[in-house]
Amino acid sequence: MSEHTLHFRPADGFRARSKAVVDNPFLRQSFRGAMDFLMAKRAAQFPDPEELESLRSLGEAIRQYNLAKLPDLLLQLESRLTANGVKVHWAETPDEANAIILGIVQGHGATKMVKGKSMVSEEIELNHAAEAAGIEALESDMGEYIVQLAGEKPSHIIMPAIHKTKEEIARLFHEKVPGVDYTDNVDALIQIGRDVLRRKFLEAEIGLSGVNFAVAETGTLCLVENEGNGRMCTTAPAIHIAITGIEKIVEKLEHVPPLYSLLTRSATGQNISTYFNMISGPRQPGEKDGPEEVHLVLLDNGRSQAYADEQLRKTLQCIRCGACMNHCPVYSRIGGHAYGTTYPGPIGKIVSPHLLGLDATAGLTTASSLCGACGEVCPVKIPIPELLMRLREEAFSAPRANPVMRGQGAGYSPLISAIWRAWAVVYQSPALYRMVSWLGSRLGGFLPSRQGAWTSVRTPLRPAPKRLRDMLRERG
Amino acid sequence: MSALARDRILAKLRQNAPSTANALPDVAAWYAGHRPVETAADKARRFRHFIELAHAEVHAVTPGNWTQTLHAVLKARAIDRLLVAEGTPHGDAALDDLPPHGIDCSVYDMAIEAWKTEMFEATPASLTGARAAIAETGTLILWPDALEPRLMSLVPPVHIVLLDATRIHNTFFEAMTAEGWKNGLPTNALLISGPSKTADIQQTLAYGAHGPKELIVLLIETTEAAQ
Repeated sequence: MSEHTLHFRPADGFRARSKAVVDNPFLRQSFRGAMDFLMAKRAAQFPDPEELESLRSLGEAIRQYNLAKLPDLLLQLESRLTANGVKVHWAETPDEANAIILGIVQGHGATKMVKGKSMVSEEIELNHAAEAAGIEALESDMGEYIVQLAGEKPSHIIMPAIHKTKEEIARLFHEKVPGVDYTDNVDALIQIGRDVLRRKFLEAEIGLSGVNFAVAETGTLCLVENEGNGRMCTTAPAIHIAITGIEKIVEKLEHVPPLYSLLTRSATGQNISTYFNMISGPRQPGEKDGPEEVHLVLLDNGRSQAYADEQLRKTLQCIRCGACMNHCPVYSRIGGHAYGTTYPGPIGKIVSPHLLGLDATAGLTTASSLCGACGEVCPVKIPIPELLMRLREEAFSAPRANPVMRGQGAGYSPLISAIWRAWAVVYQSPALYRMVSWLGSRLGGFLPSRQGAWTSVRTPLRPAPKRLRDMLRERG
Repeated sequence: MSALARDRILAKLRQNAPSTANALPDVAAWYAGHRPVETAADKARRFRHFIELAHAEVHAVTPGNWTQTLHAVLKARAIDRLLVAEGTPHGDAALDDLPPHGIDCSVYDMAIEAWKTEMFEATPASLTGARAAIAETGTLILWPDALEPRLMSLVPPVHIVLLDATRIHNTFFEAMTAEGWKNGLPTNALLISGPSKTADIQQTLAYGAHGPKELIVLLIETTEAAQ
């Protein structure tokens, strides 16, 4: 199994990237405004708290029911899709997934691929692999198209270009799209994107998409979108390749309506998206359009590691709505790029350690105030704060013989560990505690005035000259 | 490679899968407890309310006059060319009624490869039917087939849909269970809830992203539904 070469080392530079955003008032205003907008839209979709809570419970039950049967459902899905004429592929790693996809493209002698929005394709960095193989891989979701033109990555899983103002996009189009004059009129900008990409839908031999729900009993791939580019990518080119994580599967078609309703209402505050595209097979004899071939790539990439532990398995309930990001006080201040991972925000912090290993992501698990907002809004009730605590435990405890995850113990420090053990001893013995607190109140003045990260933005910590115990005694 | 990966992924999952299955979630009970079952007239009203909120244009029509409304809709936009599905009742009705009014009706009679450029560049409008609809969200249900292929509802900038109001369900769940979808789906089934749109530039809503810029529904209301 080869290791994927990361273009980002998320743990490196997280602080520097965060600081750069926090120091930029325009970006902060951008994110604050966008998050307020999305939170208000979501709230308007759930006026009845009882309806919301019961639907969240149903969503959670559906996801847990299906995860419990995951291996059987994957086989059922494979067999139904195969019967429907869809070719199913399996990949353990991003490199394997890229090799499968590029193999299909090259097998047809194709050079042009047009892509619908797929975070899994971002996860495997398909665009880099395609470019290296001389294949044009063009993003067609407006937000993805914008970040690709800018040479960036999405900063939000639902709204990829949420960090950009219309003036920045106007300059980008003017500079990068031939023959385009500067305009910051949003309708005009969308029309420019539409014209460029319609040409691509017409020409591309390959269409690539993600999957929102894969239905095992019917062998159906469901895609949620507003723009129509997802339908274009899956309908106009001769070959359609879909890629999904192995967890996005439901057994029954009737599991789809509640999850779909939770998804659009939580993500963008829409009661439904413009399109719900259900694909159950390639073009049949007599049909006049649709792809001649449909492929599905099932990607593991660390998901089976999360699956192995009962608590960590809950990570896989995610339906990728992004509500946890929109409500996160950390995400809304630092934005998606600071995290350095494909999936940013609270969900990113609990998914990425399985994808990339805790060694690359240990610091991310501590980038949370544990305020709990993410867990409260999660439409499928993933206990994100609990999982963050668990991952901190895995990251910072001493390395163990049979770790539940890659990189366990990566953040372990013998010194810090010894300090906490001493702390525990002191706090478990009243006599010892009295002695140490007495010493602290007498010797606190000798503490250094520079106390590492704490004093970078705060006054130094100094024990009070009198303990509470002392003050109570004086009062008699 | 793929076969080996398959075995390894399944082995890893099997090794750690829970030994007991969870109870099957009762989706039907949730819908019964949380979604009203409305009269035909109320469903039509609710459907219309939500699809209009999503920027679609709705015209009430009758089985006898809808091609006149269709003509008026095209005339108002100075469109003189309409793609129709020959062999469907509505496609044939349009083929009979519109050409005398100066509308050139083209038909989707060959595989897309033979006329893809024309479809993308010279097809201003299309007419399709809708299999059913959903009141709760203002949603059209289309099952494209050999007569009425997938791209008809996607590529032309103006998409006109004929819907019989008696085909409106309360919810998506009701539509799929009442129609027995789990027993067989077409190669492509679609829910459409308005014209194509995006808010990817500074959360500003813009219509006509990649699909139709306009969605027009001709809603056939029977006397029962119109009451």
